[in-house]
Amino acid sequence: MSLPPTQPLTVLKPADFASDQEVRWCPGCGDYAILAQMKKVCAKLGMDRSKTVFVSGIGCSSRFPYYMNTYGFHSIHGRAPTFATGLKLARPDLNVWMVTGDGDALSIGGNHFMHLVRRNVDIKVLLFNNRIYGLTKGQYSPTSEHGKKTKSTPMGAPEYPIRPISIAIGAEASFAARAIDVDMKHLEYVLERAAAHKGTAFVEIYQNCNIFNDGAYDYAVDKSTRSDNVVYLEHGKPLIFGKENSKGIRLHALTPEVVDTKIVSADDLLIHDEKAPEPSLAFLLSRMRYPDFPEPLGVFRAVDHEAYGDTVRQQNRDAIAGQGEGDLQSLLNGEETWSVS
Amino acid sequence: MPIIGNGALADCGAIPAKSKADATAGLTRSPSVSRKLQIANRKWIYMSAITNDLNSTVRRPSKPVTTLPSVTVRFAGDSGDGMQLAGTQFTDTSALFGNDISTLPDFPAEIRAPAGTLAGVSGFQIHFSSTDIYTPGDDLDALVAMNPAALKTNLRSLKSGGILMVNEDAFAAADLRKAGYDISPLEDASLGGYRLIRVPINKLTAAAAKDSGLGAKDIDRCKNMFALGLVYWLYGRPLEPTLQYIEQKFAKKPAVAGANALALKAGYHFGETAELFSEQYQVPKAKLPPGNYRKITGNEATALGMIAASKLADKQLVYCSYPITPASDILHQLSAAKNFNVITFQAEDEIAAIGAAIGAGFGGALGATGTSGPGIALKSEAIGLAVMTELPVVIVDVQRGGPSTGLPTKTEQSDLLQVLFGRNGECPVPVIAAASPADCFAAVIEAFTIATKYMTPVIFLSDGYVANGAEPWLVPDVSKLARITIAHPTEKNSDKGFMPYQRDENLARPWALPGTPGLEHRIGGLEKQDVTGNVNYEPANHEHMVRLRAAKVAGIQPAGPGMLHTGPDQGDVLLIGWGGTHGAIKAATLELQQQGVRASACHLRYLNPLPRELGQLIKNFKHVLIPELNLGQLRMLLRDRYLVDAKGLNKVKGQPFTIHEIVEGAQALLHGNVSAYEVNAPTNDVVPAGPPGATID
Repeated sequence: MSLPPTQPLTVLKPADFASDQEVRWCPGCGDYAILAQMKKVCAKLGMDRSKTVFVSGIGCSSRFPYYMNTYGFHSIHGRAPTFATGLKLARPDLNVWMVTGDGDALSIGGNHFMHLVRRNVDIKVLLFNNRIYGLTKGQYSPTSEHGKKTKSTPMGAPEYPIRPISIAIGAEASFAARAIDVDMKHLEYVLERAAAHKGTAFVEIYQNCNIFNDGAYDYAVDKSTRSDNVVYLEHGKPLIFGKENSKGIRLHALTPEVVDTKIVSADDLLIHDEKAPEPSLAFLLSRMRYPDFPEPLGVFRAVDHEAYGDTVRQQNRDAIAGQGEGDLQSLLNGEETWSVS
Repeated sequence: MPIIGNGALADCGAIPAKSKADATAGLTRSPSVSRKLQIANRKWIYMSAITNDLNSTVRRPSKPVTTLPSVTVRFAGDSGDGMQLAGTQFTDTSALFGNDISTLPDFPAEIRAPAGTLAGVSGFQIHFSSTDIYTPGDDLDALVAMNPAALKTNLRSLKSGGILMVNEDAFAAADLRKAGYDISPLEDASLGGYRLIRVPINKLTAAAAKDSGLGAKDIDRCKNMFALGLVYWLYGRPLEPTLQYIEQKFAKKPAVAGANALALKAGYHFGETAELFSEQYQVPKAKLPPGNYRKITGNEATALGMIAASKLADKQLVYCSYPITPASDILHQLSAAKNFNVITFQAEDEIAAIGAAIGAGFGGALGATGTSGPGIALKSEAIGLAVMTELPVVIVDVQRGGPSTGLPTKTEQSDLLQVLFGRNGECPVPVIAAASPADCFAAVIEAFTIATKYMTPVIFLSDGYVANGAEPWLVPDVSKLARITIAHPTEKNSDKGFMPYQRDENLARPWALPGTPGLEHRIGGLEKQDVTGNVNYEPANHEHMVRLRAAKVAGIQPAGPGMLHTGPDQGDVLLIGWGGTHGAIKAATLELQQQGVRASACHLRYLNPLPRELGQLIKNFKHVLIPELNLGQLRMLLRDRYLVDAKGLNKVKGQPFTIHEIVEGAQALLHGNVSAYEVNAPTNDVVPAGPPGATID
């Protein structure tokens, strides 16, 4: 298809990525911080507004596209991966981002999420994980803690939660990362890394729902506790955390353990390798959970896999190279025709 | 011994001079055909080829030949017996020969039901004719039964006095037991009303292919070719198309090719030499309109129509589907069309399939998805999103017997109300139904034309009968097909910026593509403010938008014939139908006219919106009869729309109507033999007795 030439290059500011629509999240919602960082990254990376599309499902997070002055598609519950996949298949030139939540991606949309990641469609996925259903006013979600009391579980959630990054890695994610809504600098870094990845870039963002699940991530946010409860992942570096870097993670057989860095040398600590061909390490990291472990933030895994659409289009090119461009009349005639005079 | 494989085929094909002579008589191969195939359509040519090939020293005289206007044959056997292949080959050969054809494949849902059982019977019916035909035929002139189960399930379709060819080698005690026979029907008098021909097909196939190099088990699998060869002889058909097919199909397995060719020829030769038949039959070529023809099934025509639409619109086709019977063949066909730059996406489920199709449409491609009734149920929410976002997408529903998993391989027309109304909210969607296998081509192009012109999802209805049935198709000249013109805006359409829900004269909103600078906008499933497309919950706006969406669909002008009419536009009875029943209703109407009834038929290709002229037409008839393969879905619709006391003729057996059933139904209606809604006892079975006072409705 033919498209008009792109606009002359102008330097856009974060505000240029804001639509004219009033943002309607609850005051104090963590989504505001993510929206601000996203606009900042769009501006910083010089994204073309006309070539950028935000696709979402249903939920508080999924209102996101309305607030971006790009193309946007607010679809139906859990199905955002399907619309995004079709869009990217038809339009490989577009920069497609998907915004979803823990209920949207992991409950009603769990199947689509798995297959999006498995196919490695070239889409950036932001999962706002607030461990609660916000838009429907406070039921437990697939990431809510076991025993959590909510409107639909007055005696405590009888289910065990799943961990979004574990699911993504189980589905062969080529990129998986985690950030926190209020840790602006680090969120910006993770979004930039996602933007640069070719293939499905999955980002879990810890997001506070200050109405229905306030303080869910205090352990990871509160200045007095957070250094003990999170560990920042850096490729090729040992896992060190705690006040004054006093603690580290060491691997004991297949089990991580917290050790004192005054006793254990850095060489003996677990060294992060986001490019490891096998995702075992990334999976192991995704299992580390407060309060037994610090929860890793940053890029768990970033490997090169051919993106789905590239393979599909290459097959078409190969077919055309091999058979020649299809001729409709010959196709309609088929292999056997007869004429009547 | 005869030469087998390529050598033998070369012998058979070595008759170019005669074939060229035939070409001038009207039957030629298209010059565009790459595959060189010489059709010898004069009996003596292939007869001599066969006899030469079999190295026979004696040329036997042909038996007397009787000319028939049309014949219906059914091959029936176990689902492992290769009946679908035998039937398809007979169809191809008859089409190439120049007959009009119509077919009815009928197979079980199980890939391989227990061998020899009634549930495992697979059949393929072919109606071939020297005149125009509209259905696969009511009753059989000849039945090939490869085992007792096939005999038992198919015998009732055979005409009294019809030819009944049975494989007597498959009538051992165990085979009989599986089919529920206490005594072999070959031994008692039960088949006395037919021309029973007992053929030891297993033994003769084994003897014919004993030197092929194959084991006994593999040779046994060639018995369908023996049966086919015998039927070819009976109806004077050439062997060459099937020999060519065998050669190509088993190019890498020459022993298999050789055994199959030997079995085919042996069957043919057996007909000639055995004293079982006193005569042969021939069905001359049909007088079809001049042009270039091929055989086509509904699913093939649907796939070709989609590719054609993509070319005519100069847009990429993105076909997204989850495998489901009987729609999967469309996915297979399109997956093989990569050199047309078609993208196929085998989705993880039905919802993903339509989601991706809508996403592709948002991006500016021709998005389409294909499924059957259960898949439509799953896609309903997404269809609603396409209605709300007003994006073009084509949804193919190849209907099958329902509800639930139902009868996956059998035909039914019971999704009409589902596709019209099976969504939340006021959610109008245009619906187009193909009238025949070949009509799928034009109808699916129309679906894309409407979808892109009016910015709406369009549902295209096919059914198992249309999808798997075959007929001759006058191949269109591509240069004469109407282009699908699509314009995408590149400029803002208002002083205030781009208004994604501003409408044109068709009430369609602009199809602005991502990637177009300055037209950035957001769409979604929440109610839209008129013109701006912003999220809006105001009461007056919602009602306005609901009515606007309804008005847009109601105002759609058909992109092809909205309805097909047979007979005068007034009379005593109007038969109204839709979908795959077109042929049977048309043929029944013509028969009623011959009986002196003032009958006409009206076939609806557009079910939403209904053709505007329908209301007046209905008023011109004393009675309206609506034959449907459901319990009266169109009838309910038309009774509501036109306040007409239409009666139904309803059948839900997984099988199409016979012409006879419809003629009887119309006669019953004219003679007052009706209940409140339905013509009484349209068929000879059984309506289960409900509680006292219960009615079907």
